[in-house]
Amino acid sequence: MSPIARYALRLGDDALILGQRLGEWTGHAPSLELDLALANFALDLIGQATYLLGQAAAEEGKGRDGDSLAFHRDVFDFCNCLMVEQPNGDFARTIARQMLFSTFQNAFYEALSGLTASPLAPLAQKAKKETAYHARFAQDWVVRLGDGTPESAARMAEGLAWHWRFVDELFEMDGLEQDLCAAGLAVDKAKLRPAFDARVAEVLAQAKVQAPAAHRPVSGGRKGNHSEHLGHLLAQMQFLPRAYPGAVW
Amino acid sequence: MPASTGDFALWEVFVRVKNGLNHRHVGSVHAADARMAIEAARDAYTRRMEGISLWVLPSAAIVASDPAEADALFAPAQDKVYRHPTFYSVPDGVSHL
Amino acid sequence: MYTTDLSRVGKSGLEAPARVEPAALLEKFEARVAADDFIEPKDWMPEAYRRTLIRQISQHAHSEIVGMLPEGNWISRAPSLRRKAVLLAKVQDEAGHGLYLYCAAETLGASRDEMTEALLAGRAKYSTIFNYPTLTWADMGAIGWLVDGAAIMNQVPLQRTSYGPYARAMVRICKEESFHQRQGYEIMMAMCAGSPAQKRMAQDALDRWWAPALMMFGPPDENSPNTAQSIRWRIKRETNDELRQRFVDATVPQAQALGLTIPDPDLRWNEAKGGYDFGALDWEEFYAVVRGEGQVAKERMEARRKAWEDGAWVRDAAIAHSAKRAKAAEAA
Repeated sequence: MSPIARYALRLGDDALILGQRLGEWTGHAPSLELDLALANFALDLIGQATYLLGQAAAEEGKGRDGDSLAFHRDVFDFCNCLMVEQPNGDFARTIARQMLFSTFQNAFYEALSGLTASPLAPLAQKAKKETAYHARFAQDWVVRLGDGTPESAARMAEGLAWHWRFVDELFEMDGLEQDLCAAGLAVDKAKLRPAFDARVAEVLAQAKVQAPAAHRPVSGGRKGNHSEHLGHLLAQMQFLPRAYPGAVW
Repeated sequence: MPASTGDFALWEVFVRVKNGLNHRHVGSVHAADARMAIEAARDAYTRRMEGISLWVLPSAAIVASDPAEADALFAPAQDKVYRHPTFYSVPDGVSHL
Repeated sequence: MYTTDLSRVGKSGLEAPARVEPAALLEKFEARVAADDFIEPKDWMPEAYRRTLIRQISQHAHSEIVGMLPEGNWISRAPSLRRKAVLLAKVQDEAGHGLYLYCAAETLGASRDEMTEALLAGRAKYSTIFNYPTLTWADMGAIGWLVDGAAIMNQVPLQRTSYGPYARAMVRICKEESFHQRQGYEIMMAMCAGSPAQKRMAQDALDRWWAPALMMFGPPDENSPNTAQSIRWRIKRETNDELRQRFVDATVPQAQALGLTIPDPDLRWNEAKGGYDFGALDWEEFYAVVRGEGQVAKERMEARRKAWEDGAWVRDAAIAHSAKRAKAAEAA
């Protein structure tokens, strides 16, 4: 795969796997209004994934399409970050992940939409609006839960603690991304970090929640080194196309 | 069943379909605060590009006229036909009136 | 989606003893309804009308919410990105429709929490159809095609129901649901044009969903004693059997176009009535499901109860936070 195809695949896998996770909430959210909201996020993300995986397949030019990338790769060929594949946990853990990831993703797509040479810029134009809403929504909920009841504050702190170790990976730049970045085709994610840290600190302060204790960063998703959770997610997601090879649905 | 400390308040939702039109009542949502009400209204009532602007207000803040007083309030307008242009006759051949 | 006419069975916990209505008001009310006028929330209405509506609308709302579960069961296993997005959007619409309907019922003085608790305590009913399991992907096709098809038959006339907020909710719902049946039929088409294994799956789904779908219209007219009053009040616009017949007549050619067989040996065209004759339905099965003894009724209720109980701390937190904010604003 070409570098730009691999780049699209990373972004597409992030969106697909998080969309898959959020879809699991459908019918089980804490209120009807939250059911609608979480499904909307999942739909936005699956829309992004459809575009990005389609783009990756087209760039690759080997006759695959977005669906074959989604349903016919095994764990070690997925290159999403580890945060998005984490199980939903309770609502606080889901919101912690959403706040961290959407805050990152929004800054990322803002930056990507400015890279006029990138074939992904049109997607970024759309995704930056979607993720702006996701970030706002999730940040609001971190504040509500953090500064709600003692129980919700404890759960919010736990949710953040769960995901804290995966934050650094969001900003990692490997050789592939550095080269693309030099050519004006990828976002320099290191540059997004200070604003991200400041925004998250602001949200946590408003939520009256302490930042979790430092944890050695855990990463590897971009290289296919995943958690145990991803295999189970794929087993479920890919069941039909795997069980009925060649079938059209 | 762990009882919630109470219902979320009910909010009435108004949507402006496009600029140039009034906000129109479309329904209601439950929310604990105003931002949540806006977000819920957005997800419930504008999933299909039905609007470009939203108002929400606590249902409890609405003061409605009493249907029992409908005659007193609205019937007196019925015989004021002279408020309508069709009340007046215009001779044939005269236009722009 | 849609609620079954359960009027013969089950007393909703929201019911109160009947009262004697003032004759003059009652007469005026009946005249308005007969003249196709809409009744609005603050208008005077007979208590029986209000109670019947709360029961019907809340059952309808509960059906939307419980109805998210059988299809939600397949969101994570949808076989393509397109199918996944469509199914998610459809199930999400059902949450939206539940929300519109609860809001309509709330204008009659029932709170959503009260209605939810009635459902979870087993005092309120929901459509029998959602007590059947979704075993294969073809069930997503069959539900969209048959269950939403039956729902549309029932809901379209309700857009002119006498109670304004209910009618307006139904207008919105019908508009949004127009894609639901089509996406289901499209799933069936893809499978019937596919491999023998896919076609077998499609036939199996039709075999399992056909009779439950026909029962969605409720018991036969002779066993549906409230129908006359409901029709007079325009809470219901056509009888159960009329709607059921129309559904069969519309659906049989659709099955033929798919190359599928309707699982009813007694099904045949009746030239004289210009419609299909079809075999008797197992009403004992229907009443058992209404009693809460459907195949997966326990699973459905457990899932809803779990969502409600697990969500309690979230709802409490939002209320507590809002109270803190209000207090802080007051102090400032």
